[in-house]
Amino acid sequence: MSEVKSRSSRIFQIVVGAIFVIISLLTIIPILRVVSISLSSKTAILSGKVWIYPVQFTLEAYKKSFGNSNFVDSFLYSILLTGAYTGICMLMTIMAAYPLSKDGLKGRKIIMTLFVLTMYFDPGTIPNYLNVKSFGFIDTIWALIIPGALSAYNLIIMRTFFAGIDKSLYESAYIDGCTEFKALIKIAIPLAVPAIATLSLFYAVSRWNGISDVLYYINRSSLYTVQMMLKQMIDSVRISLEEGTNTQLIADNIKAASIVISMTPMLIAYPFIQRYFTKGIMLGAVKG
Amino acid sequence: MRNKKIPKAGSNIHKVSKKTYLKNNYQLYLMLILPLIHLILFKYRPMLGTVVAFKRFNIFAGIWDSEWIGLAHFKEAFSSADFWIALKNTLILNVGDIIFGFPVPIIMALFLYELNNKIIKKSTQLILYLPNFLSWVIIAGIVNQICSNNGLLNGVIKAFGGESVDFLTNPVIWRIVYWITGIWQSAGYGLIIYLAALTGTDPSLSEAAYIDGAGRMKRIWFITIPQIKGTITVMLIMQLGKVVSIGFDRPYMMSNTLVKDVSEVISTYVYNVGLQSARFDFATAVGLFQSVVGVILILIVNTMAKKFGEEGIL
Repeated sequence: MSEVKSRSSRIFQIVVGAIFVIISLLTIIPILRVVSISLSSKTAILSGKVWIYPVQFTLEAYKKSFGNSNFVDSFLYSILLTGAYTGICMLMTIMAAYPLSKDGLKGRKIIMTLFVLTMYFDPGTIPNYLNVKSFGFIDTIWALIIPGALSAYNLIIMRTFFAGIDKSLYESAYIDGCTEFKALIKIAIPLAVPAIATLSLFYAVSRWNGISDVLYYINRSSLYTVQMMLKQMIDSVRISLEEGTNTQLIADNIKAASIVISMTPMLIAYPFIQRYFTKGIMLGAVKG
Repeated sequence: MRNKKIPKAGSNIHKVSKKTYLKNNYQLYLMLILPLIHLILFKYRPMLGTVVAFKRFNIFAGIWDSEWIGLAHFKEAFSSADFWIALKNTLILNVGDIIFGFPVPIIMALFLYELNNKIIKKSTQLILYLPNFLSWVIIAGIVNQICSNNGLLNGVIKAFGGESVDFLTNPVIWRIVYWITGIWQSAGYGLIIYLAALTGTDPSLSEAAYIDGAGRMKRIWFITIPQIKGTITVMLIMQLGKVVSIGFDRPYMMSNTLVKDVSEVISTYVYNVGLQSARFDFATAVGLFQSVVGVILILIVNTMAKKFGEEGIL
């Protein structure tokens, strides 16, 4: 009897294990395909020899992409923009979350409700656009930084974390005459490093990947992020799709190389940030 | 010693005079100034700006001095075919996401949780969560490389002697590509949420059922799923509540003019009418309709969930 059971269990383990290996492969194949195209020669791509590994390995596409000064400039600019955005967001998030994590703060409930409401009611694209426009931010870098500088969702995560810090740690500091600003910098922030890392990454990923606000607010190509540059390349594919032709303005391997270059920062950071993100999701799953 | 009696907002001492309270806590309020200014100027000010939906917007007069015209823009929207097409497409794409996409991470989590092999368990999570970090621009680029005429899928089809398929330009197939891409992008996120919920379940219940002779499927169905029902409900509420609202990036980046009839959704419609054709007032009305219906839906779904004895999100 027990032999039957353990055998069926072993079969279950093997079958389920195999299915998950296949699912993982299917998930990764699209990315492998793009990487392979970017590393293959043009002739190999045109003759349809490239599947999911490079054929006639060459770095030509990368040389061309990095030779395109517009693309390189927008890549560096995107990194700077992401850094600045993340810094400002964290400053705002911490400054909002710390006071709101204090139980006895008068007005805390009302302020918190005001923040939470913004998660459920979105005024819409146009009112946001008119608002950004009224500050004169259109076609400036501020349009990509200021409007999204504080997310209620991340504020809740940060507040939950601050609220979890042992209150006795503060008590002794207050007795020694510590001010709230000092308590925040000396006690709360050092203890909240995991949450700060997670949220910084949330903000950084959203800025790096964001496209809609660039599309809405930016017309000057000198302020295009790397995603916007990539979008223009992909648009050229759409045009060839729509005309039903196969003639493409930009060669497949160059497009693939640009895709790979723009996802590289995420791919490099991913193994390190994955566990933080997992924790972050869990913190966020706790109701505010 | 002198400071010992000073109560801070974080401490347990509550009864203090207003003056001492302010003296001790003014720094906390100072910290809140910038975030509150941001909240008012960039979250609530645009909400006031939605009045444009009830006005004939004159760019020179500004929002406040433009002429009131009541519900004219809403009437126009409800009698315009384009609006209904955009609304219908939004619903179809979102409902498809729920029907095809919602159960996937739940099923995967239930089986992955039963798996003993730690390496497969870890690497599956790592790989499936990866697409979640890619922008829709990148994903659209990848989808083009896979699904275009000379892409990977058609390469495989041709290698087996088949005819190439118009994955991106055939409206019916485009929807399927849209849904599958959604699963590819987001299944890993759901997987992690449900796995965490499963770690919180009580294994002794499942063991007791095992001793009583319940098979694996019976244990999953009658013991495990009921224990993660709360998480499933919350996730479902959030998806159902968002059934009329749709993000901009995904449909915008994945569409092309040949599939416009099925890919034009409310968010892209607002962008095209509002920002491309500069009909700010009309587009605001369409956006406002979407937001208001969205809030009503969340309230309805949340109330229903509570009626069925589940914890809601509000």
